[in-house]
Amino acid sequence: MEALVAVMIAVLVGTGVYLVLRARTFPVILGITLLSYGVNLFVFISGRLAVNQPAIVGNGPASDPLPQALVLTAIVIGFAMTAFLVVLALRGQGETGTDHVDGKRDDGGEG
Amino acid sequence: MTLAILVLLPFLGAVLPPLAERLGASRTVLSLSAALMPALALVLLIGPAGAVFDGQTVHALVPWVPSLGLELAFRLDGLALLFALLVLGIGLLVILYARYYLSAKEKAGRFFAFLLLFMGAMLGVVTSDNLLLLVLFWELTSLSSFLLIGFWSHQSTARKGARMAMTITGMGGLALLAGVLLIGQVVGSYSLGDALASGDAIRASGLYPLILGLVLLGIFTKSAQFPFHFWLPHAMAAPTPVSAYLHSATMVKAGVFLLARFYPMLAGTDLWFDVVSLAGMITLLWGAAAALFQHDLKGLLAYSTISHLGLITLLFGLNTELAAVAAVFHIINHATFKASLFMAAGIIDHETGTRDMRRINGLWKYMPYTAVLAMVASAAMAGVPLLNGFLSKEMFFAETLESGRLGAMSWVLPLGATLGGVFSVAYSARFIHDVFFNGEPVNLPKFPPHEPPRYMKVPVEILVALCVAVGVLPSITVSGLLAVAASATLGGDLPAYHLSIWHGFNLPLLMSVVALLGGVAVYSQRNWLFRQYERLPEINANLIFEGRMQRLVRAASALSDTLRNGSLQSYAAWLLALVALVLLVYLSPAVLDGQRQLLPLDGVSLLAGAMLVVAALITAILHRHRMTAIMSLSAVGLVVSLAFVRLSAPDLALTQLSVEIVTLLLLMLAMYFLPVRTQMESGWPRVLRDMVLAVVIGGGVGVMAFAMMTSDFQSISGYFLDNAKSGGGGTNVVNVILVDFRGFDTFGEITVLGIAALGIYALLRDLDLRSASSDSLGRPWARDAHPLVLVTISRPLLPLALLISVYIFLRGHNLPGGGFIAGLITSVALLLQYVASGVAWVHRRLPGDYHPVVAVGLLLAGITGVASWFFGHPFLTSTFDYLYWPLVGKFEVASAMLFDIGVFLTVVGATLLMLANLGKLSMLDDKAKEGA
Repeated sequence: MEALVAVMIAVLVGTGVYLVLRARTFPVILGITLLSYGVNLFVFISGRLAVNQPAIVGNGPASDPLPQALVLTAIVIGFAMTAFLVVLALRGQGETGTDHVDGKRDDGGEG
Repeated sequence: MTLAILVLLPFLGAVLPPLAERLGASRTVLSLSAALMPALALVLLIGPAGAVFDGQTVHALVPWVPSLGLELAFRLDGLALLFALLVLGIGLLVILYARYYLSAKEKAGRFFAFLLLFMGAMLGVVTSDNLLLLVLFWELTSLSSFLLIGFWSHQSTARKGARMAMTITGMGGLALLAGVLLIGQVVGSYSLGDALASGDAIRASGLYPLILGLVLLGIFTKSAQFPFHFWLPHAMAAPTPVSAYLHSATMVKAGVFLLARFYPMLAGTDLWFDVVSLAGMITLLWGAAAALFQHDLKGLLAYSTISHLGLITLLFGLNTELAAVAAVFHIINHATFKASLFMAAGIIDHETGTRDMRRINGLWKYMPYTAVLAMVASAAMAGVPLLNGFLSKEMFFAETLESGRLGAMSWVLPLGATLGGVFSVAYSARFIHDVFFNGEPVNLPKFPPHEPPRYMKVPVEILVALCVAVGVLPSITVSGLLAVAASATLGGDLPAYHLSIWHGFNLPLLMSVVALLGGVAVYSQRNWLFRQYERLPEINANLIFEGRMQRLVRAASALSDTLRNGSLQSYAAWLLALVALVLLVYLSPAVLDGQRQLLPLDGVSLLAGAMLVVAALITAILHRHRMTAIMSLSAVGLVVSLAFVRLSAPDLALTQLSVEIVTLLLLMLAMYFLPVRTQMESGWPRVLRDMVLAVVIGGGVGVMAFAMMTSDFQSISGYFLDNAKSGGGGTNVVNVILVDFRGFDTFGEITVLGIAALGIYALLRDLDLRSASSDSLGRPWARDAHPLVLVTISRPLLPLALLISVYIFLRGHNLPGGGFIAGLITSVALLLQYVASGVAWVHRRLPGDYHPVVAVGLLLAGITGVASWFFGHPFLTSTFDYLYWPLVGKFEVASAMLFDIGVFLTVVGATLLMLANLGKLSMLDDKAKEGA
């Protein structure tokens, strides 16, 4: 199970990194979303893996609640950040007329 | 504690003059406001000073960053007292002098503010009892002297002089910091008292040469010792009161102060002798000789200052106790006569309009009173008997004869000392003869010169009177202060010495006589000497320094232009490449040797994991087909939620699931305006490069994740698990952490959420975006009404969803759920109405403005926190009790629930604020199209 989770995190981070390096705002947003999945999972597993042990007292062994609490707020804030980025990209498109991250017009420059 | 207040006073006082200036106070009131705090500090000094004269050391301590060993610790011993008196006393005289020196149109408020800042910094340096604090104040003196030297910022020389002083002394300050950190390592504490007591340990340590080198770099740059002396003459571009203050009693004396302060710690070794006395000797001779050839009045004084600082340094370098006493004595004497000379030079400049000694001649006729004062001060500088300079110079000559370190070469020291004395007499003679006699003034800008205002002379009179008083009656005037200062410097008992004018016929006296006669002889040959000097190639330190600086700046900007090319894409690549590099360098296979028991892998998990991998890869590969990418991204998000379910984190799963829906909506809305397809524009090399980065970073993080999961650890969560029920009244530990244990963090997080929502609102205001009227294939967008099926299904769903969200909210404290999740579910339910029925339909039924919801949510959370203050508990302490409701049974009511309602409202408000505004944007766009 550990190896599977590690592979999942690796793929999420890798695809996230690749997309973050693209030239247009939209793939960058996708990339950041993928990266935050990966990072959230990474923080979450710092409490180590456990199956059928929710962090609820009174039901036998409980998994580590602290990373879960951290990640819960991280998910919500991550969403807020994604939304902010999306709107920033829209505003950028409105101001510069292009969705290139460097604000370059479509006709000039390499991507 | 008086001591800490004392240091604070000048800083407080720095506010007053600008305030007075703004209120339109007269120049006199302005100056009085500047003098107020230093005068008060001087009065406050009386109490502790008494204790110091009784042989005590006064301490004050305010903890600051104890974990770093940094504390606001002050000490007042004899040495600190001496310098505090100089700093405050001469500072007050300079303020009085500046009152008349600054012309009416100059910004006196600002000037005095800078001066007081500097005074405070200087006071801090001399009274610090903590090495780090000392360095802090030391840097403050560099900064504030920069402001003072560059006060006439419209002059290029002032700007360059200030910059040079700042660069040189600032670099020295960094070296000093490094030295002090090493001292702290050796001693094990940054307390000055501990360090002074550990002199033997420091000298024995292998780090001693390094410590000494670094500390001396700081000292030599500050005190303008060879080879760092060149900044001081350029600092003469400052207004003369600044020069009188900085170059007599304070700034440059900070260096020699540190020599005295660290004397018990660092002195006594051959290395100390060699480096310190050599630098001192070269500086003494260089400065004295160069001073004679300056035609600028202040230039002469500047080089003379360098020379006298060299003398003091040389004395400290001699490693004998008597020499250290003489050095402290000369610090006092130099401060008095040099401050008065600078002031006299300023008066002459003021009255004649020039400082060129080839033009200022014969002033005796025009300003005899000033002339007498200046002549007495110059005589003190030359070391004429009956004046203070004579006494310390005599001691200096005597000490150079005592040193045996150079063996057969020992005659070099007295010879050099005498030679320095000769030049010092010569330039003093020039100051007197050239300026006040030597024919008539030549073409003065202001003619005829006359005596300055009465009170402008008072500071000079006081200082000159001190020179004479100390010179004639040393045992009555100065010996007490000198004794406490010198014993503090030596850190113990004083050697036997005798301050008196007459020691009988001896070798030092002969050296003095030689110096006096030789100096007069050299001065009489000045014209021939000047001609020789003219023939020497000119070395302008300023040009060399500026040239090097500019080359450095050019190189730096070339480098930064290469790196900072305006492309965010390339910055991201650099950053990630660095991450990849760190991963490659630091990750070794050894991290995979974790001993933790692995969980078995089951088929369902494997399938889900495979789905995630495939979906993520599809997102990355097909990202140019944006619709497809959004779909596969959602699939990734769903598998992540499933992973949370499987791995015992139901709260996270619920959160992720609801966030997934909101994100999907968000991206779809954005798609409305963004191009449907991404152009293919990355070339293969770049794609390949990014793939390598992606593989390295992804792989590295995966390895790290595996290493972490397979290693054992100590969690701090035991406390939360143990106390959730008893302390927070809930069994769902995740929720109890969020609303109770770490409630303050959550409060911060929902605040961020609210700010992000407001930011989005602001970004969307007045945004003029036109979506394409057709898709990429040229087909026009569908203009259908909202699909009936969706409308019909979504409306009854709303109350159901709201009910569920209430349920999720209420049970959150004990079972998976809570404010965050309930808020997200409510948001999704409302957003569904937007999607199904349109913005207009929803806003006819709901207030379209979500700002108040965010505000109420944050307020509620905040008030819950504040309320606990009224019960005498810290912010956000929660309390709870159990209630019995018929049918429902026993359930628990906690004040944390109120906080959770705040969270709930903030989440709902923020989410809707974000998405509804984005949705409205598309509605506006539709209207614009219909209108067109």
